[in-house]
Amino acid sequence: MKPPTDRGSLVLGAYVYAVLTFIIVPLVIVIPMSFSQSDYLAFPPTGFTLKWYAEYFDSRQWRAATWLSVQVALLTAVCASLIGTAATYAMVRGRSRFVALFQILLIGPIIVPHIALAVGLYLFFQTIGLSGTVPGFVLAHTVLTLPFVVFTMAAALGKVDANLEAAAMSCGATRFQAFRFVTLPLVLPSLASGALFAFIISFDEPVVSFFLSGIRQKTLPRRMFEDIEQNLTPVIPAIATLLIVLSIAILLGGHALRSRSKTQSSAG
Amino acid sequence: MTKAVRSKFWHSDGRRLSGLSTLLLLLPFFAVIAFVFIYPIAQLLLISFLEPHPTLDNYARVVDNPVHARVLMRTLWTAALVTALSAVLGFPVAHYMSRTKGALAALVAVCVILPLWSSVLVRTAAWSFLLQRNGLINSALMALGLTSQPFKLLYTQSAVVIAMTHVLLPFMILPIYGALRSIPNDYARAAAVLGATRLRTFLEVILPLSLPGVVSGSLLVFLTALGFFITPALLGSPQEMMISTLVSKQIREILDWPFAAALVGVLTVFVTLLAIVFSKTLRFDRLMGSAS
Repeated sequence: MKPPTDRGSLVLGAYVYAVLTFIIVPLVIVIPMSFSQSDYLAFPPTGFTLKWYAEYFDSRQWRAATWLSVQVALLTAVCASLIGTAATYAMVRGRSRFVALFQILLIGPIIVPHIALAVGLYLFFQTIGLSGTVPGFVLAHTVLTLPFVVFTMAAALGKVDANLEAAAMSCGATRFQAFRFVTLPLVLPSLASGALFAFIISFDEPVVSFFLSGIRQKTLPRRMFEDIEQNLTPVIPAIATLLIVLSIAILLGGHALRSRSKTQSSAG
Repeated sequence: MTKAVRSKFWHSDGRRLSGLSTLLLLLPFFAVIAFVFIYPIAQLLLISFLEPHPTLDNYARVVDNPVHARVLMRTLWTAALVTALSAVLGFPVAHYMSRTKGALAALVAVCVILPLWSSVLVRTAAWSFLLQRNGLINSALMALGLTSQPFKLLYTQSAVVIAMTHVLLPFMILPIYGALRSIPNDYARAAAVLGATRLRTFLEVILPLSLPGVVSGSLLVFLTALGFFITPALLGSPQEMMISTLVSKQIREILDWPFAAALVGVLTVFVTLLAIVFSKTLRFDRLMGSAS
């Protein structure tokens, strides 16, 4: 394409950057606000202090909510990776009518509004005592994150030549050994990146957590929701800043893993 | 023949898994989906039809009561408005992304993708800071002398529309970007060689070819917006509820489960039907694929 020189392109460029500003400013704005000395959230922020970060780290409630969310997100990442990888492997290598059913059901958790699942699980988990428990949160988040693990793994497993496994098996390896020692090393970066995304989706998941949280067992998003709804304290920008830093770290990690898997598959 | 089919079910040939192993590997997935996804939603739907006795009254209340009918219309209208705004804001960005290379392209991609992977609560909280009485927007308007009194921006339907557009914009940009990127550059060049202006090339070549991406993005935004909960709950006015906030109120304050179940039923069935009708255009894997 020619470099944009005429007036139309300039106007279009300005429009694009205005939209990008609209996208990014609300995320960036919380960072200076988290260092403001003022006790109520006003703009512009005044002075510089770390007291809101200290308040977050010192508060037993915030720490408990964060710890619960970390536990849930780690376990969700493990469950979704295991279940998702097994199912994706069956989809890529298997033959069965159930594969078609799997592909239909996989879209369910993306299509069906989270509020519907949240309300259904709220009722169901209360009757079986899973409401507000770590296994309850993990089960719910596993359902929500499975499609993302499967999409990531399907792209990676689809690139692994089935003949590699067949060769390993003709040399005496079992199907499991062929997967474990031939295929798994090739898709490991994608598996890690899928797990990373499952972790962050679970860690940030607000709707199902909102309904499943009990009075004592509250995830970090549920605690944040209450704080924003009731008094909007300056601790929120501090937590928001920390969460943005976490998102950036996970995006960079995922990117590094994916570029590793690309160089591996082109080398192999 | 039967023997061959049966042996394929039990044995694998190295390249393909046997039917039995395929099923066994899929089993944990089916178990979780049945137990934690299908069962709870089916139970809700049953309640909506069966309680307090077998009836359609719960559904009649959704449409007959003018307050509830207004909530439905507001939800549809808000979702449509957010979709239209996202398309108008998102298309030029997607177009720009598909025509840019190098460090600038990476920067634009980060601007689009970072919000997608940051918490909805963070983005909603940011809008409540921006829109409150002494927030950035009111401060700026007053500093510019455009108003002497701060506007009431927070807890309005406009706040909900603005913040939902902000949250859902990446879902519009990424599918359009995917469609635009798959158009070979030669097409635009060929049109130019044949004497088409850039505007005409865009209108007659690029735009029609990018339409699947626009439809896919619009559906994704519209379907997600219909059931959106966090943003309307935190930024909206209690007098102007959306279907999800009404459901939450029925459950947490009024404890009217059959009616809440009927509301969830209406929302879920509507969204699922739309998704089935457009299942060919919706490409969910693109959301992840184009994020790389």
